[in-house]
Amino acid sequence: MIKDPYQEGIARGWKVVDAARLDTDREDEADVVIVGSGAGGGVSAEILAKSGLRVIVVEEGPLRSTSDFHMRESEAYPALYQESAARKTADKGINILQGRCVGGSTTVNWTSSFRTPPGTLKFWQGLGLADYTQEALLPWFEMVERRLSISPWAVPPNANNEILRTGASKLGIETQIMRRNVNGCWNLGYCGTGCPTNAKQSMLVTTLPAALELGATIYYGLRAERLDLAGDKVTALECVALDAAGIHPQARRVRLRAKHFVLAGGAIGSPALLLRSAAPDPSAQLGRRTFLHPTLVSSALMDAAVDGHAGAPQSLYSDHFLDNLPIDGPLGYKLEAPPLHPVLFATTLQGFGEGHAALMKQFTHAQVLLALLRDGFNAASRGGEVRLREDGTPVLDYPLDDVIWDGARRALLSMAEIQFAAGAKKVYAVHEECSGWDNWAQAKEGIARLPMKALSMRVVSAHVMGGCAMGVDPGRAVVDPRGRHHQLGNLTVADGSLFPTSIGANPQQSVYGIVARNISALAQSLTGKPAAPMA
Amino acid sequence: MPTRRQFIKTGIAGGLLLAAAAVFQKQLDRMGKQALVAGNPLDPSLRTVVLAVAPVILRGSFPTADADRAAALERITRGVALAVGALSAASQKEVTELFALLALAPTRIAVAGVSASWDQASVADVEGFLRRWQDSRVDLLKSGYQALHDLVLGAWYADPQTWAAIGYPGPPALVQS
Repeated sequence: MIKDPYQEGIARGWKVVDAARLDTDREDEADVVIVGSGAGGGVSAEILAKSGLRVIVVEEGPLRSTSDFHMRESEAYPALYQESAARKTADKGINILQGRCVGGSTTVNWTSSFRTPPGTLKFWQGLGLADYTQEALLPWFEMVERRLSISPWAVPPNANNEILRTGASKLGIETQIMRRNVNGCWNLGYCGTGCPTNAKQSMLVTTLPAALELGATIYYGLRAERLDLAGDKVTALECVALDAAGIHPQARRVRLRAKHFVLAGGAIGSPALLLRSAAPDPSAQLGRRTFLHPTLVSSALMDAAVDGHAGAPQSLYSDHFLDNLPIDGPLGYKLEAPPLHPVLFATTLQGFGEGHAALMKQFTHAQVLLALLRDGFNAASRGGEVRLREDGTPVLDYPLDDVIWDGARRALLSMAEIQFAAGAKKVYAVHEECSGWDNWAQAKEGIARLPMKALSMRVVSAHVMGGCAMGVDPGRAVVDPRGRHHQLGNLTVADGSLFPTSIGANPQQSVYGIVARNISALAQSLTGKPAAPMA
Repeated sequence: MPTRRQFIKTGIAGGLLLAAAAVFQKQLDRMGKQALVAGNPLDPSLRTVVLAVAPVILRGSFPTADADRAAALERITRGVALAVGALSAASQKEVTELFALLALAPTRIAVAGVSASWDQASVADVEGFLRRWQDSRVDLLKSGYQALHDLVLGAWYADPQTWAAIGYPGPPALVQS
C-alpha cells in the first residue's frame, strides 16, 4: 500500500485549510506569509520553519496528493495546472504548461534537474550580480541535491529518449544523461499527472510536509489578491477563497498579517500580485522581461513501437546547440524529449479530420523531440510582459518576433535531421501548413519555406521566468540580489521571477538553489541566528 | 509576402467581425451569460456548434454507424462542455462568446461563412469553415479555430473509449514489483 502523506499528516493534526470550506471570513498571523507552494514557496517554507519561524503558506490551487493521482490527463489538467493546462499568451501564440496546486509545478513537472549553467551565471555577473558564481552557489545546489535526491538517471532511457541519442550520435552530436529528483522511481512515465508512488521528490512530498510537521499552516484554494502597503512596508495580504472547482472567487475573505512576506507565485503570479497591489516600481521593470524558453515540437514516425507514454519522460538531452553559439548571439536551444499522452499529443498536433486521425492511429510509433530556445540573452530577445485583465487575473503578452522565429527554424532543422538519422519514416514540424516529409532533403527544403507566424507554428512552454528581475540598482531592477524588494522592506521574491534572463535549462533546480541561499539569508536576518540547513 | 488582395480580404473579414460583434452585442452577451451559468452540455450554442463541427474535426476516428454516432455525439458534447467548465473564468468567457457568435445566424453567415444552419450544413460546409479559419490572416479567427481544435480533440482523446483505436493501453496498474 502506497502511503498518502497528507491523509496521515492531517490525521495527526497538520494545519491544512481548504478555503472553499470556510464559513466565515478569517484573519490569521505568522512570522512569515509565503504566497505560493511550488519550488520557491516549498523551499522557503522548510528553511523558515526549520529556523524556528511561524509560517503560513497560501496556495491558489487545490490540494491533491498521492491517492488522488490516477495517471489520467482528464483529471490532472483541470485540477493541477494553471487554466486547465491551456494557459495562453495574449495573442494565444504560446501554450504554457504551469502547475497550480499544492506543490506548484513541482507536482506535475517531468523531474529534470540542472544546476544553473555556468554560461548563464557568467552573463548574470556581467549584469552586476557579482556573487552569482558557480563556486558561491555550489554548496546550495549540493544541499538541494541531497534534500531532493537529485542524481543522474541510472535506468535505461525509454525509446522516445533513446532515439534522440541514436540520431544525435550518428551526426556527431553529444547527448547527456538527465539528472532527476526521484527516490525509488517506478519508471512509469506519468510525472505530468502527479506522481502516484511518492517517488518524485516534489515540494508536495518533501519540504511542505517538513514545514507542516513543524507547525506551519497551508491554506489552499485561496487566491492572494492584494498586498496592503503602508509606506515602505507590507502590512497584510488580502486573500479571497475560490469555489470548489478553483475557478471563481467566492465571498469568503482571509486577511493574513506577518513580519515578512515571501512571494513565490511563479513568474506570472508574483508580478501580477505586485501589479494588483500598486507596488512601487521606479525601475519600470515589474512584469517585464518575462521569459519562456519558447519550445518547438517535431514529431516523427518510426518503424518500431516507441510507446512514448511509458518510462521516465525525460532521461537524455543535448546542449550541443546551446554550446555552439555565443550566449548572446542567435538563440541557441536545448534538445529534449517529452512524454506522449493522448490529450497532450492530440491537441498539440496540427490539422484535423482524416490527416489528424491517421497520425493518432500511429500514436504508439510516434517519437517527439522538443527544442527549448534560450531567450533573454540576445539584446533583441526581450521576452514578454505580464498585464492584468479587467478581472485582475494576469495575462502574459509575449510577442513572437524574428529573433524567436530564426531560432525556431534552426531548431526544427536540427530535430528533423536527428529524427531521420535515427531512422524516422516521416517527420512533421508541428505547424498548420506542414503535412510531413519523407526524408531529410525534403524536410530541409520544407522547413526553409515554412511561414513563421504565431498560431500557425505551434509554440509551447513549460518554464516561466523573470518579471521581478534581481539587480543591485533600484533604478533598473525590482529586487536586490537576495530577492529583497528594493522599495518594500519586508517583502522578498523567491521564485523564478527573480531571473534576469531565462536559465537555458529546465529551471526547477535553479529556483531551489538560489531561493535556498536567499531565504537562508532572510531567516538569519529575522532570527539573528544562522538558518537551519535543509539537508 | 501577403498580396494586396489578401490584405483587402483581411480588412473585410476583420471589419465584418467587428461590425457583427457590435450589432449583435446584446444578443451575444445574453447567449454568453446563459452558457456561463451552465458550463453544461445543454448550453444551446455550444451544443449546436459541437454537434456540427466535432464529427468533421474527428473524421477518421469518429464512428460511422448511426447508433454509435449518436452516442459519440452525446459524449463529445459533454466532454467539450466539461473542458470549457474547467478553463479559467477569462477563457470561459472568450470560448462561450465564440460559441455564441457561431450559433447566431447572422454572425455564422458573416464571420464563419456558413450559410446553412449548423444542423443542415454539409461536411463540406463545415470543413470549408474550419479551413478558412485555420488559414485566416485574422488572428482572432485563427485562434477560434485553435480553440475548437483543442476542445474537441482534447475531449475526444480524454475519453478511455477512444484509446484502443490508437493503441494506447491506458495508465498502468499500480502493482509493486
